[in-house]
Amino acid sequence: MSKRHLLALYGDFDQAEAVVKELRNTKISGFDVNDDMIVKSPIEHPEVEKFLGEKPVYVQWFTLIGAVLGGSLGFLGISSAQANFFMQMKGGKPIVPLPPNFVLTYELFILGGVYITILGFLICSGLPAKRSPLYNAKVSVDNIGILVKAEEAAVGALKAIFAKHKALEIQEEAGK
Amino acid sequence: MKDIREDIAWAKINQDVMKSLENPRPLYWVILFFAVLTFGIGIGCEVYQYQMGMGVANLDNPHVWGLYIATFIFWIGMSHSGTLLSAILHLMHADWRKPIYRFAEAMTTFSLMTAGLFVMVHLGRLWQFYYAVPYPNERWVWPNFQSPLLWDAMAIFTYLSSSVLFLFVGMIPDLAIARDNMHSGWRKKLYTLLALGWEGTDRQWRNFRVTYLTIACFLIPLAVSVHSIVASDFGMSQQPGWHVTSFPPYFVAGALYSGCAAIITLFIILRYVFKFEDYMTLPILKKIVRLTFAIAMVWTYLNCIEFASVWYSHDAVSKDLLIQKMTGPYAPFWWAMIFCGSIVPLVFAIKRFQTNIPVLFATSLLLNLGMWLERWMIVSPTFSHGYYPWTWDHDQWPSMIQWGIVFGSFGWFTLLFMVFCKMFPSVSMYEVKEMVYHRTLHLKQNGASEQTVEQGVH
Repeated sequence: MSKRHLLALYGDFDQAEAVVKELRNTKISGFDVNDDMIVKSPIEHPEVEKFLGEKPVYVQWFTLIGAVLGGSLGFLGISSAQANFFMQMKGGKPIVPLPPNFVLTYELFILGGVYITILGFLICSGLPAKRSPLYNAKVSVDNIGILVKAEEAAVGALKAIFAKHKALEIQEEAGK
Repeated sequence: MKDIREDIAWAKINQDVMKSLENPRPLYWVILFFAVLTFGIGIGCEVYQYQMGMGVANLDNPHVWGLYIATFIFWIGMSHSGTLLSAILHLMHADWRKPIYRFAEAMTTFSLMTAGLFVMVHLGRLWQFYYAVPYPNERWVWPNFQSPLLWDAMAIFTYLSSSVLFLFVGMIPDLAIARDNMHSGWRKKLYTLLALGWEGTDRQWRNFRVTYLTIACFLIPLAVSVHSIVASDFGMSQQPGWHVTSFPPYFVAGALYSGCAAIITLFIILRYVFKFEDYMTLPILKKIVRLTFAIAMVWTYLNCIEFASVWYSHDAVSKDLLIQKMTGPYAPFWWAMIFCGSIVPLVFAIKRFQTNIPVLFATSLLLNLGMWLERWMIVSPTFSHGYYPWTWDHDQWPSMIQWGIVFGSFGWFTLLFMVFCKMFPSVSMYEVKEMVYHRTLHLKQNGASEQTVEQGVH
């Protein structure tokens, strides 16, 4: 069954929090509060995460993998290059000198960490993204948006909850 | 003293910053004109040097490094305060960084891009640049991975790319605001492309916060390592005046110092040119000034350490070089460095000057002059007065070509920086909103607790 989108805009975080709490506490058939709700805000607001509940972030795993890969591949690359440079006069010095290689390994550790962190951020945030079905530019000004996806039967109940908490505006996706 | 107002509407923050992308004061165009002019002079000098060879720069033996390397270090140093301060202050939750960190990060990026140019200019035979690239070749010429010069190349590349990414990631929410508020045209298309479809969802913010924090954590040791490695370019050689243990911290302190001074200069310019008086406030300027003063004193202390360690080291050549710097042909510049670097910042200790814009502007320029002289006084005197008296050359003076390219680099940096500030929001809109929101919340909570106390008393 196809689902429809609704976007409600609120003027402050307290109102948005009240709506989310009510949506959590109310059983609405055709609407799953965990999967079908997105809160949009103009600022990073940790309280949003509190009232939305704990959701895991995996970016740091990308960081770890990137840093370890960057450092180890960097060291291996430099060392194998040095080991192949037999035409260079070494004068009894080690072929793979550890202290200077540590400096380059350190830089590549950071480089790998940063690059893969960015990659992780893009993957985990779902960016680049297409515009969502209902987008309102007021969210980038000062409104907090609650975007929900629900079956036709649940739309009425959701709209009632939004209206009860004095939504500034309710946008509805045209029926299909 | 007026700080950012707690009751400022979020829509007004958007409007004010977006206005800066379209409607700067006329001084903007004057600055841009001089930047293009100076850059043009630099380009002309570089073309001439390219055609005629490095002789026209008046670089010779022993003066193999001249203003090019001194200015290279200056620009690397300048880059430090932007990203480093932004990252450190972010980790420390210093709210006042929010209206100013964006332009400071841009300053970092463009300083590094300018510094990178000097490596090319200094090489001379640009058409043979590929000799420096490590790949199997018939010349049997390989880069030496044990050389600090190669570490430097790697460190600067890492720092530049990480700084660009840090700047870009931090700007994504603002690019989305620009996308939503810009009239249709090429700019809207550009912002739409760069905003990557950001909509401020809880998922995006959650990942954004962790990413930004993680990169900030990486950038702090990276920035310290970059200038330590630049110090190693000198410190790891046996040259008198360079082989000093305190060089890496000295370089890092010098870098922070010149970066902070540049932040003051640019703060004052942007505040006026883009009408940011409501955001780049005097209390914020005061905090930067105090920070600069503290770093100036650290730099002065490290200078004293360096002189003392040379003086008591019983290294006759290094001591002779130090005396030569103080009394020889470089003495006016060396004393000017001490004056600008250690005496002038004492102005910052006087409370009424901490928010006096004309005084701060002039002082910040003098500080940067001092920091540029510092780099020159590291490079040239050592070459002029080395270990062997038959190599001494006290009379060498950089040619007009060298000076022209050095001035050109300032034009290049200014051009990039000013174009950036006109193209992209140089004040972070979403973070200023956060700052205002947290202050309002704090005031509300304080008001509530005061009310509770009063009710309890009655």
